[in-house]
Amino acid sequence: MINYSTPEFLIERDRNRCIDCKVCVRQCANEAHSFDEEEQKVVSHDEKCVACHRCVVMCPTHALTIKRFPLEFRQNSLWTGRTIKDIYMQAETGGILSTGMGNDKPYPIYWDHMLLNASQVTNPSIDPLREPMELKTFIGRKPDRLEFKDGKLATKLSTQLELDLPVIFSAMSYGSISLNAHKSLAKASQVEGTFWNTGEGGLHRDLYEYGPNTIVQVASGRFGVNPEYLNAGAAIEIKIGQGAKPGIGGHLPGEKVDWEVSKTRMIPEGTDAISPAPHHDIYSIEDLHQLIFSLKEATNYKKPVGVKIAAVHNVAAIASGIARAGADFITLDGFRGGTGSAPLRTRDSVGIPIELALAAVDTRLRNEGIRGSVSIISASSIRNSSDVVKAIALGADAVYIGTAALISLGCHVCQKCNTGKCNWGIATQNPNLTKRLNPEIGAQRAANLLLAWKREIKEMLGGMGINALESLRGNRLMLRGIGLSDRDLKILGINAAGE
Amino acid sequence: MKKVYAKEEYCLGCRLCEVHCIVAHSDYKNDIVKAFKKQEQRPLPRVIVEENRPVSFALQCRHCEDAPCTTACITGAMQKDPVTGVVTCEESRCVGCWTCILACPFGAIARNEQGKKVASKCDLCSELGDIPACVKNCPNAAMVFEER
Repeated sequence: MINYSTPEFLIERDRNRCIDCKVCVRQCANEAHSFDEEEQKVVSHDEKCVACHRCVVMCPTHALTIKRFPLEFRQNSLWTGRTIKDIYMQAETGGILSTGMGNDKPYPIYWDHMLLNASQVTNPSIDPLREPMELKTFIGRKPDRLEFKDGKLATKLSTQLELDLPVIFSAMSYGSISLNAHKSLAKASQVEGTFWNTGEGGLHRDLYEYGPNTIVQVASGRFGVNPEYLNAGAAIEIKIGQGAKPGIGGHLPGEKVDWEVSKTRMIPEGTDAISPAPHHDIYSIEDLHQLIFSLKEATNYKKPVGVKIAAVHNVAAIASGIARAGADFITLDGFRGGTGSAPLRTRDSVGIPIELALAAVDTRLRNEGIRGSVSIISASSIRNSSDVVKAIALGADAVYIGTAALISLGCHVCQKCNTGKCNWGIATQNPNLTKRLNPEIGAQRAANLLLAWKREIKEMLGGMGINALESLRGNRLMLRGIGLSDRDLKILGINAAGE
Repeated sequence: MKKVYAKEEYCLGCRLCEVHCIVAHSDYKNDIVKAFKKQEQRPLPRVIVEENRPVSFALQCRHCEDAPCTTACITGAMQKDPVTGVVTCEESRCVGCWTCILACPFGAIARNEQGKKVASKCDLCSELGDIPACVKNCPNAAMVFEER
């Protein structure tokens, strides 16, 4: 049967610069370059290229460029090249289309339709280089009121996570990403005073030392969950859903379950790790309440326990239920959230934007008078520090970053995480590839990203005349919408620019 | 003395160290393309990536304390600098007898037979007065240049 698929990318090799050193050949796990022994020169194979840019970055003479393959289909707004190619692929395989990273469709990005305020004349802006600026963030249940006795705090505070900046590395399991990626994120969070999340694949023995900066996850597959694991982390997150694939479970193929992954996940080596779509013991808010309190019992009420859900249509009502079930924090994961692997159609068509979900949940919890009982962590599509500031102003206590964190480690967002051939050594367990990510370098890069964002957030806060992040939290007066409908503005709870 | 040490757990096996070693010992030290395309007799890489996938690491002369190659050398071309400790081959005196290669316990000396036969080996980029080119250009910090 003839293969109808055509290359997506074109590899251009400048023969004047190429020295046939074979670095590209050795670096491409997709085998898009090879050495022709007869001709004694390196040649490229466009059809294998995924545009991860590994060869481009590694080429010592900058001889390589990757371009979009110029082959055109007849212009058609409905039947685009990508749509047609998807059908060819399915006609050939009969399979569900699988992909990695987050939704890449051109849905509106609400972050880019919100503008921040700044102080002018009537209130002074603050220079963070000259004046103290507080980004300290606490995640956990806040008391309804504070009582004092003899000038001292008498109210018993529930356990909190203390963050030096409102940014946490989001859940990415060991298995979906490499141990070196985990090490990088764990170390970076320790350096910059924040947290990383294990995802549902357990915590590797080597990373227990980073426990005080770790959020351990409990998901439907219960991989790697045991009392020691629960107590090793600083907080526990129950994963109900993921923004990239709401309503869908997980599937780590057996070939990625090597000895280390198998030990960490507590499953036999080489077996598929399948996370069911639902938790089979959770069919109601009451059941969720039971799991939250089982985990609190197991950890002696010393760890905040949160619940992560995908942002779906009735997210506000669900969040209210979660708050009432006793969660200390709720993680909302929007439809642009990343993944190591998801069915393409689910990724691109299920769920709602995080900006709307976040605003809706914050509004609902405030209206119900329970906003203080729970912290909100907003996950998905945070690209930079101004997205963080906008999320905080919309009502988030902190944000999770996943894709941005991986990009800091070298990810080029080629969306091939599901193939296990990540040339950057991140989304793979192949020992030839995982060693490409030196965790010392990775930790430095990820920590640098956090540090840069810390500095930028302080600048933006100062510009607004605010010297503590706490004063921005849920302060939607600092936001104005641009190019949004009245309905969008209403849901976001913000005024239009000029109002 | 400062030596190059490999961190095999981070070696990609990309062999960029070899490329940059060639350039550093060519006539075009700041131009990779010219070093490869213009120089008639391209120097051999003095660092070699040993591979048995997934294990790989860069190997070059260990600049041994007792340096058996220096005592094996029949012409006195192979010498250990008494001050810096760097072992170098003075190629004008080398006659290409390969006795040093027999004596080297690491297999870190190569035969360069392009012109006059000479033993080719790592000189820690002493001429450049910088950290060795292989260490400087390793994309993953899989080599360190340090005192141990």
